[in-house]
Amino acid sequence: MREPHHAPKRTPLNLSALRSRLDGASGPQYWRGLEQLSESEEFLRYVQREFPEQADTWDDPASRRQFLRLMAASLALAGVSGCAFSPPERIVPYVKAPEEMVQGKPLFFATSMKGLDGDAVGLLVESQEGRPIKIEGNAQHPASPACLPSITPETAASDADRFEMSSAVGATDIFAQAELLTLYDPDRSQSVLRNGRPSTWDDFQEAMLDQFEARMAKGSGEGLRILTGTVTSPTLADQINRLTEALPGARWHQYEPVNRDNARLGAIRAFGRDLEPVYDLEQADRILSLDADFLYFGPGHLVHARGYADRRDPEHPKGLNRLYSVECNLSVTGSKADHRLPLPASRIKDFALALARQLGVEGLPEVSSELSEEARSWIGPVARDFTEHKGTSLVIAGQGQPPVVHALAHVMNEVLGNVGQTVSYIEPIAARPVDQSQDLIELVDDLKSGKIDMLVMLGVNPVYDAPVDLGFREALVNDKVLRIHSGIYLDETGELCQWHIPEAHFLEAWGDGRAFDGIATLAQPLIAPLYGGRSPMEVVAALQATRNPEGRALLEQYWGGRLAEGVESPSDDPGFQKRWRKFLHDGVIPDTRAEVVEVSSRGAGELATAEDFQATGEGGLELVLAPDPTIYDGRFANNAWLQECPKPVTKLTWDNALMVPASLVEEESGGALSGLEMGDMVGLTVGTVTLNVPIFVMPGHADGAVTLHLGYGRLRAGRVGDGTGFNAYDLRSSDAPWIIPGVSLNATGQSYELASTQLQRSIEGRDLIREATLEQYRANPDFAHAGHHVSARHGEETPSLYPSYDYSADRGEGWNGYPGYAWGMTVDLNRCVGCAACIVACQAENNIPVVGKREVKRGRIMHWMEVDRYFAIEDRDAPKHTLGNPKVAFQPRFCMHCEKAPCEPVCPVGATVHDHEGLNNMVYNRCVGTRYCSNNCPYKVRHFNFLKYSKIELEDTSLSSGVTPLVLLHNPDVTVRSRGVMEKCTYCVQRIYEGKIQSELEGRRVRDGEIVTACQSACPTRALVFGDLNDETSQVTRLKKSPRNYGMLAEELNTRPRTTYLARVTNPNPEIATA
Amino acid sequence: MAQIFHPSANTLARVSILGGAFAALGAVGVTYLIISSPYQTDVDVVKDQPIPFSHEHHVNGLGIDCRYCHGSVEESYFAGMPPTYTCMSCHSQIWTDAPMLAPVRESLALDRPIEWNRIHDVPDYAYFNHSIHVKKGVGCYSCHGQVDQMPLAWKEESMNMGWCLECHRNPEKHLRPREEIYNLNWSVAADQEAVRDFVQREADAETYQSLTADDYVSQEELGYLLAAMYEVPTLGHDTPMTNCAVCHR
Repeated sequence: MREPHHAPKRTPLNLSALRSRLDGASGPQYWRGLEQLSESEEFLRYVQREFPEQADTWDDPASRRQFLRLMAASLALAGVSGCAFSPPERIVPYVKAPEEMVQGKPLFFATSMKGLDGDAVGLLVESQEGRPIKIEGNAQHPASPACLPSITPETAASDADRFEMSSAVGATDIFAQAELLTLYDPDRSQSVLRNGRPSTWDDFQEAMLDQFEARMAKGSGEGLRILTGTVTSPTLADQINRLTEALPGARWHQYEPVNRDNARLGAIRAFGRDLEPVYDLEQADRILSLDADFLYFGPGHLVHARGYADRRDPEHPKGLNRLYSVECNLSVTGSKADHRLPLPASRIKDFALALARQLGVEGLPEVSSELSEEARSWIGPVARDFTEHKGTSLVIAGQGQPPVVHALAHVMNEVLGNVGQTVSYIEPIAARPVDQSQDLIELVDDLKSGKIDMLVMLGVNPVYDAPVDLGFREALVNDKVLRIHSGIYLDETGELCQWHIPEAHFLEAWGDGRAFDGIATLAQPLIAPLYGGRSPMEVVAALQATRNPEGRALLEQYWGGRLAEGVESPSDDPGFQKRWRKFLHDGVIPDTRAEVVEVSSRGAGELATAEDFQATGEGGLELVLAPDPTIYDGRFANNAWLQECPKPVTKLTWDNALMVPASLVEEESGGALSGLEMGDMVGLTVGTVTLNVPIFVMPGHADGAVTLHLGYGRLRAGRVGDGTGFNAYDLRSSDAPWIIPGVSLNATGQSYELASTQLQRSIEGRDLIREATLEQYRANPDFAHAGHHVSARHGEETPSLYPSYDYSADRGEGWNGYPGYAWGMTVDLNRCVGCAACIVACQAENNIPVVGKREVKRGRIMHWMEVDRYFAIEDRDAPKHTLGNPKVAFQPRFCMHCEKAPCEPVCPVGATVHDHEGLNNMVYNRCVGTRYCSNNCPYKVRHFNFLKYSKIELEDTSLSSGVTPLVLLHNPDVTVRSRGVMEKCTYCVQRIYEGKIQSELEGRRVRDGEIVTACQSACPTRALVFGDLNDETSQVTRLKKSPRNYGMLAEELNTRPRTTYLARVTNPNPEIATA
Repeated sequence: MAQIFHPSANTLARVSILGGAFAALGAVGVTYLIISSPYQTDVDVVKDQPIPFSHEHHVNGLGIDCRYCHGSVEESYFAGMPPTYTCMSCHSQIWTDAPMLAPVRESLALDRPIEWNRIHDVPDYAYFNHSIHVKKGVGCYSCHGQVDQMPLAWKEESMNMGWCLECHRNPEKHLRPREEIYNLNWSVAADQEAVRDFVQREADAETYQSLTADDYVSQEELGYLLAAMYEVPTLGHDTPMTNCAVCHR
């Protein structure tokens, strides 16, 4: 019997000692976690040892099983086999070759996915011999800004000189990237179920036909209800509307746990009707976020991030923008703010009110005395700053904020003259915008009162995510109700239904939707349904007694009726098919953008009343609920890529935790939690319900509030998602969906293992992040190089003991005067918002395995691309300590491809070698796993396959046919690595060679921008730029010549990294004391 | 105390030390022989196919171009395998009832692909690209041999890494004019006249003079000229064409 695995002993955080360290700190100091700041033993272990806790899980049967279970959905069979006879292979050609296909070359198709808010996001999906293997954004779609500069939606379509794929590719977020894993997820629902037993689609159609005919005979649809999420699909909405017209009395409800009810009510307050704002951040000089994480969430967030980032370029003709953030928990947007004010979520409305009054909005109630001194000190300077930027400023309110904050934001934008400039209004993109909370309440009431005899739930999971006070589950499980569920997974709701229909993934189905700006977007399938799934459109058609409906026909029928000119049916318009094909090719239907609506706000009396600002209770602790940064409302719970993607700010994986401000656990606070540390369990009591959750001490979290993310604690998510985290929905009620006042916390004495990567692979005590204010930058543009004993600017040769690599063969001396390439990259810290899209894009492109929570905890995460999050002490002269509100910096870190790479000389087998283009090649089939390279890498960017992460043959993931669908997921251009092999970023060498070969086939050099790395193409802010350093005109060369360009550890170690960073320039308001 | 070892033990020890060394060397040698033998490399091993397709008949006998069936060879990493429709473009007209072709007709009728046994199988961690080789003047013959003489196809070369590197270091030994890529019977010696015409056409007068000074343009001479024309590095061991990432990704 082996010794049970013990958690490393942790030193309790001594916050007062910590503060004194901060007070005495000299020079800017960046730290990743409180453990680092206090130099706890745990942190030192991470710095000094490459991998803490080397216990061998593989020999330990118990943990091996645990590992296998967690790994289940992310493994595949194929792999490198070193010393074995390769099994005989077959070549299986087509019977009839598909059109336009060149064997072995990928095809790209434009399609779209339903974004988090129901809005359509345009995608371009790479298909290799019929398998979708990589998702990119579609640059022709307004929601996905092009990854290359100088490419606009218009030029992407028309510029004949730039026909490379890279010019058609746009940005994506982690959710779009990870959808690929969901497509192949072996845990997806795979059969029509009737009362839990396998049935068929035909049987379902038969049953629906009977239902429909019975209702038609009655001439009434009473008792029939359909529940969907937010629907922007014009075709689906039209279908449902026609169904409810044919069957009067039938009703359509919509509910999503994260919805825009607050925004809707706010707009109604401000304008008397529901309108949706569309922001143009590129025009905004001053931005105020009222608890809005607009760089990360919300319709159009990629466009917002791009607009914001473009204005973070000090060279931008309109100058640097300035972002103020008033928020409760530290978000991505707050992390990027020039000024951030932590306020409890319920007090943000007071701030909004005070600011609106200061800006001259009339007829508003008095500001509550509860607004903190610090917040009051902001009002004057912010109001002045915004007044000076009338027409170019912007106020954005967050989803979780009450309607009054949204209304105040609208009115402030109006007073500031921003309407029509930085913000415009359109009719809501949802096909039938409703108050979703109210809609669900009515549905549940009708269920309880027996008015419903048939409920169809399409792609929703209310048993899990409905407010707990409604008692949805109890109301649903009712003998009188025929329950029908369609979903990607057989989830908590599906298992309580008599009928369950597997839903087709968006890559398997025809569909449409509206983007954040209203433009109609089409979706086409890339693969036949893997598990016989049906799209919502097909299910609704079956409800209408349409026999064997086809998504394509339904879609063409709807759009044909609208787009065919002057004819009854689309088949009479020969031009329609031609135009239709073009729309499918482009993914969008032009000229369908929503029209901008002129607005004028209503009187102040309607806007806000004193009741809106009444104190909620006796000033106790409040609980704030928020969608999770990686698994959102729970829909992505079974997606291992998202589970293992470190959450942008906390770097937590596989779990949620209660975010608490440091003041709550301070030893001298004397509170219930004093002396607790990360991962200690607390009892969180809301009314009569107590949830035990681990705490995560979150620097920068507002005092007086705690935050918990939704989406975890699923019971029927699948093998990956079950049992991860804690279910925040248990605490959510319909009257307080976001901010719950008067909660209490008590210590339980237990603790829980959280797997956060925030301390892993730390580099101690170096000048990793360089930052200056705009003022300092103007005074000394060379600030990034100041104070270093040697200079390591771009193009400068510094003396080194290592011999130089001989590039002569590629520099035109060897053959025909043809200069070779010198690949390099820049990462603009000003642009990077830390959204992690690059991490998941890299994972998808490079076949990077998922390792599971235990392995993450051991420091064995395999991501080649990591985004470090540092907290910083902004100003050591500031009167107050900054623990409560630290500055935050993000820094993507991946292989630097050093000219003098420390890894290369130490490899005994030559498995990591330099090449003529400056790449540091990693040769998997030579690697014997000594790990010397990793030991010697100062950047800690090498990752070792301790186990057969990619190759363990799991019966669990295989289907009845004996293979797991996950083998289809792999990018065929990249080797799948096995146990004992080191791996790291290759600069997407497969894309480099694809681009080089294509250019040579066409007899030219590689054009600048022709080759984009996976991280670069996903990046919404163009923070990452890849290119040829031998090309004087390339974008990357231009950026490398910027004075802001510096290499990580370049001065200290003289490694001459090919990846360099552009130092950050912030734009603080001199009137606001740095706090 | 009695003697433990008999004097003959000395001899035994010497013999076994020497024998051990020989055995070790022998084991290495035998291993090398095995891994370089057709047993491991499959060179010259004829494999059964679902249809006894003869390249000899179709290429040599009928004169069908390689690209008629392997149509993506100039565009893709994969030379392409003909879909059943390609076979049927002729065999719907001729030999329509041949029992030998029953699997082709069956494939078409049942919409089920023909499964061929793979002959050239490069390891999964090596990425070979046909299009660039063809573009740079490497003919089919250089890797696949005299396919037009193969009744049933076999593998002509070992396709192990050393074999690849040999050509990547000294491509001049194998390059041929682009027009001759698909000509399986081309060689410098056999087509000397055409080669000289080619040099005269493509090179300047001085080069032409120097290459034809001895009345014979050798493969190396032509190879260097072609390497310069097609931008192929000919740098021996210093060549960028042996960068690991050229083949391993």
